[in-house]
Amino acid sequence: MNEAGNQLPQTQKDERLREISPLKKALIRPELGASAGTIVVFLFFLLVAGDSGMFAPEGVLNWGVVSAQFAIIAVGACLLMIAGEFDLSVGSMIGFSGIVIALVSVTWGYPVWFAILVAFVVAIGIGALNGYLVIKTGLPSFIVTLAFLYILRGLTIFVAISTTQQTIIGGVREAAQGDPIAALFGGKIFRGLFSWLADQGLIDKFVAGPKAGQPVIDGIPMIIVWALVLVVLGHILLTRTRFGNWIFAAGGDNVAASNSGVPVKRVKVLMFMLSAFCATVFATCQVIEFGSAAADRGLLKEFEAIISVVIGGALLTGGYGSVIGAALGALIFGVVQQGLFFAGVESSLFRVFLGVILLLAVILNTYIRRMITGER
Amino acid sequence: MTEPLLELIDIEKHFGHVIALAGVSFSIRPGECHCLLGDNGAGKSTFIKTMAGVHKPTAGKIRVCGKETNFQSPRDAMDAGIATVYQDLAMIPLMSITRNFWMGREPVRKFGPLRFLDFPKANAVTMEEMRKMGINLRAPDQAVGTLSGGERQTVAIARAVYFGARVLILDEPTSALGVRQTSNVLATIDKVRKQGVGVIFISHNVRHALAVGDRFTVLNRGKTLGTAVRGEISAEELQDMMAGGQELAELEGSLGGTV
Ligand SMILES: Nc1ncnc2c1ncn2[C@@H]1O[C@H](COP(=O)(O)OP(=O)(O)OP(=O)(O)O)[C@@H](O)[C@H]1O
Ligand SMILES: [Mg+2]
Repeated sequence: MNEAGNQLPQTQKDERLREISPLKKALIRPELGASAGTIVVFLFFLLVAGDSGMFAPEGVLNWGVVSAQFAIIAVGACLLMIAGEFDLSVGSMIGFSGIVIALVSVTWGYPVWFAILVAFVVAIGIGALNGYLVIKTGLPSFIVTLAFLYILRGLTIFVAISTTQQTIIGGVREAAQGDPIAALFGGKIFRGLFSWLADQGLIDKFVAGPKAGQPVIDGIPMIIVWALVLVVLGHILLTRTRFGNWIFAAGGDNVAASNSGVPVKRVKVLMFMLSAFCATVFATCQVIEFGSAAADRGLLKEFEAIISVVIGGALLTGGYGSVIGAALGALIFGVVQQGLFFAGVESSLFRVFLGVILLLAVILNTYIRRMITGER
Repeated sequence: MTEPLLELIDIEKHFGHVIALAGVSFSIRPGECHCLLGDNGAGKSTFIKTMAGVHKPTAGKIRVCGKETNFQSPRDAMDAGIATVYQDLAMIPLMSITRNFWMGREPVRKFGPLRFLDFPKANAVTMEEMRKMGINLRAPDQAVGTLSGGERQTVAIARAVYFGARVLILDEPTSALGVRQTSNVLATIDKVRKQGVGVIFISHNVRHALAVGDRFTVLNRGKTLGTAVRGEISAEELQDMMAGGQELAELEGSLGGTV
């Protein structure tokens, strides 16, 4: 009666599949391109700038901080891109949040912790609005967040000038003195460890100047801690949780995902909020470190975040990518930017380098992705 | 004879002044494969969307296990154990088989207050369910995009069955497949039926339908021409009913019996 059932072998081990070695299998991952890129970039700078101090403790700290800045906004951009959306308002959001903090604390005299809280609440609210508009109108997030790129930047400059007659608001460092929340963004950790290392002669001490006798690095800046924490949490969220599966599904095919019971709209709005959160972390660290906020901060940061994510192997159309990859993309970005400076290369060549790396990374990543997903 | 799992009686569906369905009756019992045949535009998709809760019928009754029911949404139909596998919307090719299989219903393991995906369980169940369908997966973390069309269809079917489908609706699962893939899917239908699930199999292709079907209902211009039981009807007769009779007979003459 069942011709179809019987004419087939019960199981099919497809003889056309080549066995893949475990090593190759372990290597073929979304972040393979970025890992290879990281190795190449480090080798390159070891060769051309190995004796410039780039790999001495202060040098490492220098490009470490820059990479951490990129990584913080790359985490938000990465998860949002995998969920199938973009946020072009990240740069403007950085300027905006910074001015909010300075305005509330310095100009209006509230405690800095309160100003930081206000900045986070307002920014995350705007992130939610971004997401809500994208969901409601069905417009591409590219357009909606492009509008907010202009709206937020304009508002930031307007608010700064109309309240203080200038676009830079200083005095945050003094206001933040002793503030526990501000220290979370601007302080350093492991100070004791570093002075001990200096006493052991493992790191240098300043020999002259006002800091004479202190170690050249006296701790790990909190911005690096934030970057590491966000990368680790983002990676776990994406790969190890149910919500992470929904992020992939929402970006991979929103119709199939919602037919399978995935709350696609909620996932997308939350990712816009995360993107705003990351921008505000960046802004807060910067404001506390510089002691001031400026209305033009964060220019072009949205593109730098997206470039890090794409170098990290994510697919621009969503549904595919890796937080670890994005973090490596940010590291490549930071090392190249600061490394060229150490190597004494004309700074305008940075953009040439960046363009070349971007192109190579995308070509390599496309090839790797096709191997993994069978995309045609 | 066992009671039907799902029964549709004199279903009519109008879209404005278009009469897509003009009184169609249909039933499905546990463990049977009921084929719904019909030419393009006959109303097959409209009919199964009515069963799946996507459309509300303009007139007619729906009974689930003998009880009259109104589906307000696809969710209602799913809760009643009616699962639909649409050919195009089944899977996300960039994601792994396991991630697709569990999409929206991922198993989690608690770690204090935290919940993480239970990959050992998710992978083991996926492998086992696919094995039951006759497909030995190389690895459950393989992307669905690397599977063939028939294998993808099988993942979607296995998923629906695992999550408790009692009636499984397959909308033209074989229309885009080659010979080998088609026989894979037909074999899968046979396995699902043996587990006691009622399978509604929509097809253009009489030979595919005859290979697995227990009963056959032909739709033509929104009406049914009756339901035939396996063995009582030949491929030629079904073909004729689908085309609405004579035109095909004439065509057949000029094409030399190739249709
Ligand atoms: N939403 C709708 N609005 C108006 N008319 C519709 C709608 N959906 C279907 N129809 C009409 O109902 C009729 C039946 O369509 P249906 O999609 O059910 O056919 P089908 O049997 O599935 O055809 P095919 O084999 O091509 O998939 C067609 O004439 C179609 O134009
Ligand atoms: Mg159809």
